Amino acid sequence: MNTIVTGWLEVAAVEDIPVRGSRVLRSPAGDIALFRAADGVVFALYDKCPHGGGPLSQGIVHGHSVTCPLHNWVICLKSGEAQGADRGCTPNVPVRVENGRVLVRAASLVGQAA
Amino acid sequence: MATRSLVVVGNGMAPGRALERLFEAAPDAFKVTIFNAEPRVNYDRIMLSPVLAGEKGFEDIVIHDDAWYAERGVTLHKGRKVVAIDRAAKTVTAEDGTTAAYDELIIATGSQPFMLPVPGQTLPGVVAYRDLDDVEAMLAAARKGGKAVVIGGGLLGLEAAAGLKAQGMDVVVLHLMPHLMERQLDQAAGYLLERAIAARGITVHCKANTHELLGVDRVTGVRLDDGTIYEADIVVMAVGVRPNADLARKAGLDVNRGVLVDDRMRTSDPSIFALGECVEHRGAVYGLVAPLYEMAKVVAAQLTGDASAAYRGSVTATKLKVTGCDLYSAGDFADGPGREEIVLRDPAAGVYKRLVLKDDVIIGAVLYGDTADGPWFFDMIRQKTDVSAMRQTLIFGQSYQGGASLDPMAAVAALPDEAEICGCNGVCKGTISSIITAKGLTGLEEVRAHTKASASCGSCTGLVEQVIRLALGDAYNPAAVQPMCGCTELGHDDVRRLIRAKSLKSIPAVMQELGWKTSCGCAKCRPALNYYLVCDWPGEYEDDNQSRFVNERVHANIQKDGTFSVVPRMWGGLTSAKELRAIADVVDKFAIPTVKVTGGQRIDLLGVQKQDLPAVWADLNAAGMISGAAYAKGLRTVKTCVGSDWCRFGTQDSTGLGVKLEKFMWGSWTPAKLKMGVSGCPRNCAEATCKDIGVICVDSGYEIHFGGAAGLDIKGTEVLGHARSEAEAIEIIAALTQLYREEGRYLERIYKWAKRVGAPHIRAAVVDDREKRRSLFERFVVSQKTAQVDPWAERVAGKDAHEFKPLESIRFIQAAE
Ligand code: SRM
Ligand SMILES: Cc1cc2nc3c(=O)[nH]c(=O)nc-3n(C[C@H](O)[C@H](O)[C@H](O)COP(=O)(O)OP(=O)(O)OC[C@H]3O[C@@H](n4cnc5c(N)ncnc54)[C@H](O)[C@@H]3O)c2cc1C
Ligand code: SF4
Ligand code: FES
Repeated sequence: MNTIVTGWLEVAAVEDIPVRGSRVLRSPAGDIALFRAADGVVFALYDKCPHGGGPLSQGIVHGHSVTCPLHNWVICLKSGEAQGADRGCTPNVPVRVENGRVLVRAASLVGQAA
Repeated sequence: MATRSLVVVGNGMAPGRALERLFEAAPDAFKVTIFNAEPRVNYDRIMLSPVLAGEKGFEDIVIHDDAWYAERGVTLHKGRKVVAIDRAAKTVTAEDGTTAAYDELIIATGSQPFMLPVPGQTLPGVVAYRDLDDVEAMLAAARKGGKAVVIGGGLLGLEAAAGLKAQGMDVVVLHLMPHLMERQLDQAAGYLLERAIAARGITVHCKANTHELLGVDRVTGVRLDDGTIYEADIVVMAVGVRPNADLARKAGLDVNRGVLVDDRMRTSDPSIFALGECVEHRGAVYGLVAPLYEMAKVVAAQLTGDASAAYRGSVTATKLKVTGCDLYSAGDFADGPGREEIVLRDPAAGVYKRLVLKDDVIIGAVLYGDTADGPWFFDMIRQKTDVSAMRQTLIFGQSYQGGASLDPMAAVAALPDEAEICGCNGVCKGTISSIITAKGLTGLEEVRAHTKASASCGSCTGLVEQVIRLALGDAYNPAAVQPMCGCTELGHDDVRRLIRAKSLKSIPAVMQELGWKTSCGCAKCRPALNYYLVCDWPGEYEDDNQSRFVNERVHANIQKDGTFSVVPRMWGGLTSAKELRAIADVVDKFAIPTVKVTGGQRIDLLGVQKQDLPAVWADLNAAGMISGAAYAKGLRTVKTCVGSDWCRFGTQDSTGLGVKLEKFMWGSWTPAKLKMGVSGCPRNCAEATCKDIGVICVDSGYEIHFGGAAGLDIKGTEVLGHARSEAEAIEIIAALTQLYREEGRYLERIYKWAKRVGAPHIRAAVVDDREKRRSLFERFVVSQKTAQVDPWAERVAGKDAHEFKPLESIRFIQAAE
């Protein structure tokens, strides 16, 4: 998909993301993990753990958090902050759901080089 | 060596305790033979109610398992009732003709439930409440649903009623007297109790005089004197017990209500002791374990030559074991000259307390709704404390005395060392504190093991924990068990037990029923629960993929850069030109960067992109290879050596056995990873003695090992047993695996599980007890039926496609804001 957009970009249907799971969106800004929590709320974070860059999309989703698959840091899906005693933050990506479609803010997808 | 023989008739809680004491004091003094009319080992009878309620299984209440008897050289005749004692010849004879000669004999025949002599009393479906058979009969009835009538509103009747209700039956309690538990409670307290019982949906009918039991082939109902009829699919009689003294009477011993004993617990024949509920001592007959345990101590001491040991009678205290009904009673309540009462009622709070005093000494106490002061009152009853100075405030409890604070810790701190903490086992505060210091104990389980405090009915657990806290300070975390994770207070074992007891079959059901504190768990509890459900409900439970760690979700191992590794099975480490060629082709086709031979005798393809996984697997599947489960908390590898096919030292076909084991056992999920090894001779080239399960082939067959490790910990295996044939070896190994699957805590390797439960327990179940082994083996076979599906093939066919396919890529984007 090569697009010029302003504002929000539709990237998936909510159903494409498994409940308590995640899908990856490839973008010029790097991989973005879209999460769908048990209560249906959708979140988006860059797919990089603040600890060692682990792919958060591969973790276990619980409540509004995900546990990184590499060394078990727990990351808040909303803020991207590491929880508990760990310190670090993964940038989040503004995301909206409208009519069952997932939209992310286009500006967040622009790559460094773009 | 044991020269004298001790025969015990009856294997209930009282002689069980006496034997423990005896073996502690003099392990080799006697050769012991036990006859038990019940066809089973010694178990905790007072915990039958939790079994009935589904909160515990029979395994949880066994006091001495088969291994216990085996280790002490005890002959236990299960299901053999003694019918005669020949005192002249000093022998006993059982119904089936088995005889045994004794130097010393203990009669511990317990009590018999009293059955109302009304028409219909012998119909099928009418049961007492005394042993496991009764509980099983009740559970069988409950499985069909329907109606239960319990006759008798005392402790036992109410526990039976609550249990049957918990099992989903409609329950009516019929009680002869005007209010429940009239022996312990006055009318007001009886009313509070009745209200609490009714609140759980149980109908209580007092002043109910049973006229007859209805039914032709089986009981169908109960008719009262006033003509009222209650339908019933099962009727439980809990109207009282009487000492089971027939055998003693027939043998010519002195018997009144019970078998008469003196303070040394000897009957009228000096070679014969009597012990437990069958006994009458100084005019008293007991129906609770605490006094029986005191008797047991005396019997053991007498047997080991302490002629001064004496039993002088007991004051008893009891608690109703119905969750949510706090009731404690101790001592004597009967009205009598010179007796006074102090009563406190707080109907709004549902609290009732009553003390009976005589000559400024408390002789009885009943507490309902708030039982915290029970042990304090009980202690004063036993010490005959003069309470005249605190009469005015006595009933408000210990925390009101001397202006002490209301802190429960302070209350326990204030208890004297002689204060009894555990009523069942007669353990006082000082014993617990001193053993904690002497042995450096740090937790409840250890205290239970060393003192037995809180190890029987468990209602004093809170107090025991406070005593531990006093001794250890804040270092002690009173949570009785290590909780699974922050989402629950329950430990792994409790969760597993409750999953089975309450038939919980999904993660949300577990979280709902067991009161999870978080809405959907965490990364610690969810994978554990998923495993427990997979293991307990094979074929029924639908695996929750989102509760699995990524490796098990996508059936490949994640690497540090987010790529994956692929390890196909090579059965027993064997491969072929065809397989190697397919591997080489796959490596070329997908430009897989690293190919490595693993420590587990197979080949690892490292650095595969996630989206390529299904295609890689498709090619490997096509060459006949399936997933090696190198990622699984499940069966990983079976390492073998070349064995008798080629090796000049090989005694058996170790490669063949390894392949058979791997083909039979692949696909099974286990608490932690499971690795095996089969070596063809004791030179052990397959390193079988550091595996979870290992086999060393020898000329006479197969030596089976378990509990090895060579990772974070290094540990050699222990020998489990010897098998003569391959088939027997496979059966033992599968049974062992199944036991581990059922008992292991999530992430607990076999060696840790074995350390926790003890090798004798495992050996008894999978080697010595053929029946148990067989049923474990069969359960394993059942679970394998649905487990042996190659996860790779399923995904090649399209399962979980979303896992491997990223959403559409956005390659170029220009934001014009
Ligand atoms: C590939 C392999 C190393 C190799 O190149 O040879 C390997 C690789 C890993 N081992 Fe291992 N272990 C490998 C044989 C072993 C062995 C030797 C054996 O099995 O004979 C051991 C010691 C024996 C034992 O298990 O007691 C071993 C003890 C461990 C441990 C320590 C386990 C323990 O409880 O002490 C871990 C950590 C864990 O599981 O938590 C581990 C964990 C791992 C993990 C899964 C680490 C991880 O979580 O990512 C590695 C996965 C790499 C991958 O993607 O394949 N690996 N690992 C071997 C794969 C065997 C196979 O074919 O399946
Ligand atoms: C459901 C229930 C709940 C209870 N709750 C509590 C409680 O909360 N607190 C408490 O303190 N107490 C409680 N009790 C009472 C307690 O269980 C008994 O006091 C105790 O078990 C008696 O022990 P015992 O060894 O004397 O007899 P038992 O445990 O009755 O054992 C007697 C054994 O001898 C066997 N036997 C009998 N005759 C022969 C023979 N001729 N040959 C061979 N074997 C024979 C019987 O089969 C039986 O197994 C409860 C009892 C029941 C049934
Ligand atoms: S186990 Fe024994 S027989 Fe087998 S290869 Fe090793 S040494 Fe040879
Ligand atoms: S990379 Fe996520 S915890 Fe280490």
